[in-house]
Amino acid sequence: MKKVKALIITGFGINCEEEMAAAYKLAGAEAEIYHLNDIFNGIISIHDYHILNFPGGFSFGDDLGSGKVLANKMKYKKMGSGKTILEEIRTFLDSGKFILGICNGFQFLVKMGLLPNTNGNFNQEVTLTRNNSAKYEDRWVYLKKNPKCQTPFLRNIDVMPCPVRHGEGKLIIKDEAIEAEILSNNLNAFSYCEAEGNVTSEYPQNPNGAELNCAALTDPTGHVLGMMPHPEAFLSLYNHPNWGQIKRQNPNISEDGEGLKIFKNIVKYIETS
Amino acid sequence: MKNQIQLVLNDKIRDVQGEKVQRSAKSYLNINTGIVKTGKIFNVLYDLSKEEIERFANLGLKDGIIHEVYINSSYQNSDFKSFVLVAKMPGVTDDEGISAQKTLIDILDLELDVSTQHIYTEDLYFIENKLSNTELEELAKKQLGNKLIHHFEYGEFKGLVDYVPEVKITSDSKVKVISLELENAELLRLSKDMLLSLNLEEMQTIKAHFADENVRKYRNEKSLSLNPTDCELEVLAQTWSEHCKHKEFAASIKYTNKETGEEKIIDSLFKTYIRKSTEIIRNRLKKAGNNWLLKIFTDNAGVVKIDDESVFVWKVETHNSPSAIDPYGGAITGILGNNRDPIGTGIGGGKLLFNTNVLCFGPPNYDKELLQGQLHPRRIFEGVRHGIEDGGNKSGIPTVNGSIIFDDRYSGKPLVYCGTGGVMPYKINGVNSWLKPIDTGDLIIMAGGRVGKDGIHGATFSSAEIDEHSPQSAVQIGSPITQKLLSDFMQEAVQQGFIKSSTDNGAGGLSSSVGELATITGGAIVNLEKVPLKYANLKPWEIFISESQERMTFVVTKDKKDNLYKLAKEREVELSDIGTFTDDGFIDVRFEGEPVAYLDMEFLHEGVPIKYMEAVWEKPELNEPEIPIDLDYSQILIKLMSSLNICSREDIIRQYDHEVKGKTIIKSLMGPKGKAPQDAAVMRLNFNNYAGIAISNGIIPRYSDIDAYQMSAGAFDEAIRQIIAVGGKLPDPKDSTNRFWTVNDNFCVPDSLYDPNTNPDGKLKLAKLVQMNEALFDMSTYYNIPMTSGKDSMKNDFKAGNIKISVPPTILYSMVAKIDDTRNTVTSDFKAEGDLIYQIGKTYDELGASEFYRLFAELGANVPIVRKEKAKQIYQKVMVANQRNLIESNHDISDGGLAVALTESAFGGGFGANIYLGVDDTNNLNSDLFSESHSRFVTSVRPENQADFESIFKDDAILIGKVTSDQKLLVKYNSEEVINIEVNKLRKAWEDGLAL
Repeated sequence: MKKVKALIITGFGINCEEEMAAAYKLAGAEAEIYHLNDIFNGIISIHDYHILNFPGGFSFGDDLGSGKVLANKMKYKKMGSGKTILEEIRTFLDSGKFILGICNGFQFLVKMGLLPNTNGNFNQEVTLTRNNSAKYEDRWVYLKKNPKCQTPFLRNIDVMPCPVRHGEGKLIIKDEAIEAEILSNNLNAFSYCEAEGNVTSEYPQNPNGAELNCAALTDPTGHVLGMMPHPEAFLSLYNHPNWGQIKRQNPNISEDGEGLKIFKNIVKYIETS
Repeated sequence: MKNQIQLVLNDKIRDVQGEKVQRSAKSYLNINTGIVKTGKIFNVLYDLSKEEIERFANLGLKDGIIHEVYINSSYQNSDFKSFVLVAKMPGVTDDEGISAQKTLIDILDLELDVSTQHIYTEDLYFIENKLSNTELEELAKKQLGNKLIHHFEYGEFKGLVDYVPEVKITSDSKVKVISLELENAELLRLSKDMLLSLNLEEMQTIKAHFADENVRKYRNEKSLSLNPTDCELEVLAQTWSEHCKHKEFAASIKYTNKETGEEKIIDSLFKTYIRKSTEIIRNRLKKAGNNWLLKIFTDNAGVVKIDDESVFVWKVETHNSPSAIDPYGGAITGILGNNRDPIGTGIGGGKLLFNTNVLCFGPPNYDKELLQGQLHPRRIFEGVRHGIEDGGNKSGIPTVNGSIIFDDRYSGKPLVYCGTGGVMPYKINGVNSWLKPIDTGDLIIMAGGRVGKDGIHGATFSSAEIDEHSPQSAVQIGSPITQKLLSDFMQEAVQQGFIKSSTDNGAGGLSSSVGELATITGGAIVNLEKVPLKYANLKPWEIFISESQERMTFVVTKDKKDNLYKLAKEREVELSDIGTFTDDGFIDVRFEGEPVAYLDMEFLHEGVPIKYMEAVWEKPELNEPEIPIDLDYSQILIKLMSSLNICSREDIIRQYDHEVKGKTIIKSLMGPKGKAPQDAAVMRLNFNNYAGIAISNGIIPRYSDIDAYQMSAGAFDEAIRQIIAVGGKLPDPKDSTNRFWTVNDNFCVPDSLYDPNTNPDGKLKLAKLVQMNEALFDMSTYYNIPMTSGKDSMKNDFKAGNIKISVPPTILYSMVAKIDDTRNTVTSDFKAEGDLIYQIGKTYDELGASEFYRLFAELGANVPIVRKEKAKQIYQKVMVANQRNLIESNHDISDGGLAVALTESAFGGGFGANIYLGVDDTNNLNSDLFSESHSRFVTSVRPENQADFESIFKDDAILIGKVTSDQKLLVKYNSEEVINIEVNKLRKAWEDGLAL
């Protein structure tokens, strides 16, 4: 069994790198946090890792729209080698590796064209923009996994509580054709739902007004996952706002948070593949 | 050549920002805008080709899914009859412009200057209805912007807009010499004209210093002017400001208590009460061999020991005056400035763990006429809230708890308390992290943002009353992204050993940060031409005292400079090597080699004359009111739940990220629906164990109308009992597990300096301040809970003409205590049907200044008294019960009394409750339900634990009822039903209380 190595990117206002690293460590992987410029400067190479992670935060303060400035940097700025990071990422994915983006990370995966990437051209097909409430909101929601979605990140997950913390999480899809591609390929990995698992467009269960009530997307290979909610903020049962009653009702419940499952899934998948 | 790029949402995309503008205009200003469409303008002043501009606009700025882009043209649609343009005034922070510059060089692969402003952004609002210029002006100035920092254009939209807020300053002679050979009246006028905020005695002291023979001698020898330079006067004014020197807390006070006949001279409130109480506690800890107090009062923030691996560092500050005139900017610079305190403590580079904030505002439905320069309380509220949101969220620091208090007397000056805690390793490269080593010859390196005219006279300004002539340069907007880059960089640089120690640049700018660090070696040389500027032609004194934000000052040894610069370049942080530390006793400031200031450090730091003040206490004549009998208590409870000081803050709490970092265990709102308000926040410190901390706030200003001592003691008790409620343990000097408690005290009081004309009740106000300090001392030494840092804000008065709005004397105690295992903490919501409900602690007939009396517009006389001996016994029993896991839920009883606490625990858990009161009652029903007597809790216990629980508490807990599943709150008093109401109705009232 190989030791899984996760690279977690930070810098420029990303701020969830530590809990992301903790998630991988708790899931049994090695996790290393590096500044994005360490890739540009050739200090590290993404190809030395199995999974590349873009955590949440406020890169460049969300100026020009969330994730936009960082996406531009990855798409257009040249590294010492003369290549862009996007070009490196294509090679990385071609070799069967994985990418996870959460919240701000999801926002720039979308703006870089990595998600949903229905035709493999890395063109931007959807965006994530201002919540219908016109507010930043931190609240716990329920997520229903699309049962037909095959991504290894979400194996054996059905309904899962998770916090959202964003002001720009509303998914807007470019046109009907893209929407049809998303649906037919089951790329909408998670949908906002009620506690019992019924998908809903009601606020605040759907906290932002996302089209398709979509909270997460994968690409057609299932190797790239982006999601607005924060599983890395639910590594422990005690992150849940109702842990008091949950513990009273199930005294022997595991102290792991449900968010940890996603990280355990992918680490296990890479270990055994 | 200017190019203008305009972005608007394409017409198919819902414009939620525009909808918000439309809603707010209608509800706050009663202006019918019709549909509002928002747009963004980027004025690009770089010299670019047409192709470059197009590439930049289409690839760099436009989001192809939602935007339309116009280059040197504009969106035009005859459906929109009016427009408002909001541009920033010259020199106002424009982060979006800077981010656009950074993306421009990435996209076009150009080497351009991105550290000064070349792209200026503006907000454009297209408005459907044809509004009059008066309406548009109102919309612009009262809702969309602030005339102190924004330039507005409005009317009928004609196409392109021209305004670009470039800063252009022409400078006169660099250094001015100012004669002090003046009469008293002229000295005072000079102080006023230069905005020095120095009084006559202080001006005379400075005049005498420069007339001193020795001083003249060395100035002659150094070819310096005999009279002070502008910079020297400014530096003295900054250093001697109330903000920096705390002259009133250092004053000699003659205190007369007419109630007791006591008279005494207090030689500094700070030394006598605050510092002394902590020193007493430190001696007890030392004696017992368990000193966890590592640093008190002598650095930017206090430091306590967590364990052998790490220390906790934290600070709570106020930012009141700036928030009064620009609420968003005031709050965001407040929170970011406060963040820099813990990261600039000791060696520096600590990791920030949480923010907390406590806010005091005028009521949002304030309907009195606004005074000149006064902003409506609702606007201050919204602006401050937004500032805290951006300050915390964009920095990745969770805002884990807080409090909001409404009172008419905060309608002039709001109080904005910002607190931040962080963790440092115990040792950094072998050196205790809280030490601040500096040696002669070490370099002074400034890092972070550039310097402009921002905040000049901020330190002196915050010590002064606000009036309609308040200087515009006092307004600043923080840049969280700049600071995030700086603090990330700093953490790395400290870990790698490149930074020897550090401090932040706050009030007083470089003059203050370098001035204070220089006391460690005994001098410094500063070369101001090395300081990078936002725009050209600042005068040297302006560079030295500018409060431009997001800057730190590092102490760096020469051999580490290259490494530090290399890392800074990789992390895109700007550094400047601006001088060296010396030991000759002088702060020596130069510009291009020419002298700018040359001041004796001892005079600078110790020369300020001691203030003399008088305090006289006379007990007010107060009586208990007649409250109507036969009240409908269900209706009273509904009113209380929806009253401003009790109702839900959910809408605000949810706009703060309170769980980034993944370590928040008890958040402000918990329970199955996230509706249960909690007493203290709890956080874990690491991901591999559950050791943590609890964070609380005690503040009850309205009690000071009756008794300032009890107000202060009560706030202290409130902060303790919140931590006890969640499962904290009182400190014990004999305990060897570093079970630390640490307090920041923050006094915010009205002008307390007696003046027969302008402040006739100054002596009484000062007497209240004395009593608040006495209570601080008594409580702190009794519990061994020490102050480790704090702040005083002395002039919280808003003046316009002859009218003055003064805050009530207010103290906030912010506490943090160590929690051994955060998994054993307790939340406030009931957990299961059938659990027994107890009231822990005794209720007294103490409705004075209660929220209940406030419903009847009464003050009363019987303010809650702190009985600290009894309270401590009770807290120890709670600790024992928690140790044995006997408590299912615990909620401290405060505003609104037992009835409110019960209601919150019930709806918080999604339950009802049956309550029986009145057995052996020595009070009356009103007191039982609504008295705010201290040191009490509403507690629920499993039925099977009844005997164990009661054997611990005996008479200190009364069984008052049972948790039910029927969603009703039923209260019987001596078997008569007095409350019978659906819990959901109470919750609804609570949720709607702040609906604006």
